[in-house]
Amino acid sequence: MPGSSVPLHLAVALDGTGWHPASWREPDARPADLLTAGYWSDLIGEAERGLLDFVTIEDGLALQSEHPLRADDRTDRVRGRLDATLIAARVAPRTRHIGLVPTVVATHTEPFHASKAIATLDYVSSGRAGVRIQVTASPVAARHFGRRVVPEGGGGTDLLDEAADYVEAVRRLWDSWEDDAEIRDVATGRFVDRTKLHYVDFEGRWFSVKGPSITPRPPQGQPVVAALGHVDAAYRLIASSADVGFITPHDAKETTAIVEEIAGHRAGGTPVRVFADLVVFLDDTAGAARSRRDRLDEVAGRALRSDAEIFAGTPAELADVLAHWHDAGADGFRLRPATLPHDLLQITDGLVPELRARGLFRASYAGSTLRESLGLSRPANRYSTAATA
Amino acid sequence: MTKPLKQIHLAAHFPGVNNTTVWSDPASGSHIDFASFVHFAETAERGKFDFMFLAEGLRLREQGGEIYDLDVVGRPDTFTVLAALAAVTERLGLTGTINSTFNEPYEVARQFASLDHLSDGRAAWNVVTSWDAFTGENFRRGGYLAEDERYERAEGFLAAAHTLFDSWQGDEIAADKDRGVFLGDAAAGSFAYSDKHFDISGRFNVPRSPQGRPVIFQAGDSDHGREFAAAGADAIFSRHGTLEDGQAFYADVKGRLAKYGRRHDQLLILPAATFVLGDTDAEAAELAQQVRLAQVSPQTAIKFLEQLWNRDLSDHDPDGPLPSVDPVVGENTIARGRASVRMYRDPVATAHEWRARAEAEGLTSRELIVEVTGRQNFVGSARTVADRIDHLVQADASDGFILVPHVTPGGLDPFVDEVVPLLQERGTFRSDYEGTTLREHLGLAAPARRADAASAV
Repeated sequence: MPGSSVPLHLAVALDGTGWHPASWREPDARPADLLTAGYWSDLIGEAERGLLDFVTIEDGLALQSEHPLRADDRTDRVRGRLDATLIAARVAPRTRHIGLVPTVVATHTEPFHASKAIATLDYVSSGRAGVRIQVTASPVAARHFGRRVVPEGGGGTDLLDEAADYVEAVRRLWDSWEDDAEIRDVATGRFVDRTKLHYVDFEGRWFSVKGPSITPRPPQGQPVVAALGHVDAAYRLIASSADVGFITPHDAKETTAIVEEIAGHRAGGTPVRVFADLVVFLDDTAGAARSRRDRLDEVAGRALRSDAEIFAGTPAELADVLAHWHDAGADGFRLRPATLPHDLLQITDGLVPELRARGLFRASYAGSTLRESLGLSRPANRYSTAATA
Repeated sequence: MTKPLKQIHLAAHFPGVNNTTVWSDPASGSHIDFASFVHFAETAERGKFDFMFLAEGLRLREQGGEIYDLDVVGRPDTFTVLAALAAVTERLGLTGTINSTFNEPYEVARQFASLDHLSDGRAAWNVVTSWDAFTGENFRRGGYLAEDERYERAEGFLAAAHTLFDSWQGDEIAADKDRGVFLGDAAAGSFAYSDKHFDISGRFNVPRSPQGRPVIFQAGDSDHGREFAAAGADAIFSRHGTLEDGQAFYADVKGRLAKYGRRHDQLLILPAATFVLGDTDAEAAELAQQVRLAQVSPQTAIKFLEQLWNRDLSDHDPDGPLPSVDPVVGENTIARGRASVRMYRDPVATAHEWRARAEAEGLTSRELIVEVTGRQNFVGSARTVADRIDHLVQADASDGFILVPHVTPGGLDPFVDEVVPLLQERGTFRSDYEGTTLREHLGLAAPARRADAASAV
């Protein structure tokens, strides 16, 4: 398998004070500021200074818990968060280039609302919006909505199928206005040409959506859709519905295998941009990084567990890994900083210059939209009459 | 002792998707680009306004089975654009209209609590209801709600949201690094709410926001709507902008407060109001007539007739007399997604009134529509308009106004530049913000937490 055909892309996944459960106790951590706009503006501004493609912002419809499907009553972990889409919107006017990819949970929410929210994020950021679609099998979240009972064991494949329908409805709604629908024709008194507004008429097992959207087609046409997957069913969702897939390989060989698996499911068109996730502890020496990890594990009372590979070392050592995995087929990497702001600063001040010195990373933003940063063209409108005329 | 002067509250309604908004004006800019929202919000904040206001409708309007194309169409998502505006303003309140029928309390509560955090206490919620299957076609549940249950669901929705907002007291986050205690209360955010429409429980995941909960607006005008507002809303977005009508509404609603143990100043009455300014009153009157003609194009006049007549009148001449046939009585099938058609309670009688007036005054169909719709509230020189606004507020016809400019995004600018300084000179409108939160601008106390309220009884 040849390496990725695109330049190496870098993203950072933001969640609270970082991905280590004891991260909030670090001296530079700001756990008391998590609910302020300034906290997020500072972090995302720093990521933009490092020319990263985008940040993702985690979210959820239940209070954080050590267990994915159950509540806990811990008081020694970060608890409480803000709506990720609104964090992204709040930061958008204060940034200019970086992509903003909040998490939206498809399981209990309305595709109509999500579509217009992400379209609006695209407007307020002048074309830098994306959305990371997530599902939840949590009975805790289900009780917060009181509308459905989650089957024992979660009913996983159904949730992913529903998410695929959700993305399809969201995408149709983004296209439900043609770009030139607004005409302002004083002679005929018409503000829009209604032949360029389209009912989306989505009908599926879980919901139907008539359309059109109340929000005109966003600047990117189709904001970037991302999803994380660990198993084949999720790879199918990524291949069918996403522009960007997050995967969790543990070595180069596994990277190649997953990239090929996703490519095999893709029906055609633009390849999915596949980003490998890694949790990172970065310091000036490998020993310092490893001892920081050990110290945090001790504070947390257990070793860090993660779905993704956990890396502790120097930025140069991480650059070696990323270059190797990029050669193995990963288009980019979504780094999960173990602690904030420390590991983010190590990425922007250490890793990025290191990759750049090797000719692997950009020296400036190439375009103004997230699609442009990712090398994705602005898609034609599926309903466009002009394109077929 | 004379009555002390009341302080006026002013707000700005972003021009909406109806014919009040004149998109054909050469000065009219984009209705969707963020720059227009920034311009509008910055103007309102320069004028020291209490808040800006966004309406919302969850399905594009239709008439005669087709998407209505004569008015502005399209708007942003309310929460998202307000969160972005929080970045470019510092004091302006941010009021969003959010529907209680096609949303769920847990999600809406976390969005409002998040907006309140991200704006340092400037969020407000105009609670509206809908019931129609037409709008429902865009949502998972379709048209599930009977019309007569919509207020019941709205009340339950609001009660559920309050339960969620109050599930955090505000002092739970210790974030004590040395002791390793992040949460001071292991049960923070615990809630349970159930009624006929909702059965939810668990833990809310947004800790208490600066205002405790958003300022609550209510817009309904029915007896039920007034009672709902008197029981728990902070402000009413009303349609009663004239002296007599305003005074009657004001007295009625404020009179309902006592039985809920609420004071006169705990519910603000803020009518929507349009305005046209000129250098002189005569010039303003002339401009106002031009605006009204622009608001009622020949095509728009026909559509208005159809809304009352409830039938296709596409062949009718707008410059001729009113239709000689009578309206089709019964369910209005011609216009959908539009609340205003429900105001015509007796279409045949209204049509007779209109015909009598058109004949008496020699009006064409379009001229009649110009006369019966879209009358501006305030027309005159800046001084005349300032006098009028001050008089209406001091006479208890309202506590202030939600101004609706007819041009996006610059329509508010002349009001801020010319009328606001005159009100400030009189001492009836603030020269600068005194507080930081919207509750402080509106003179509303921080809401009591449920636990406090219960223990005080």
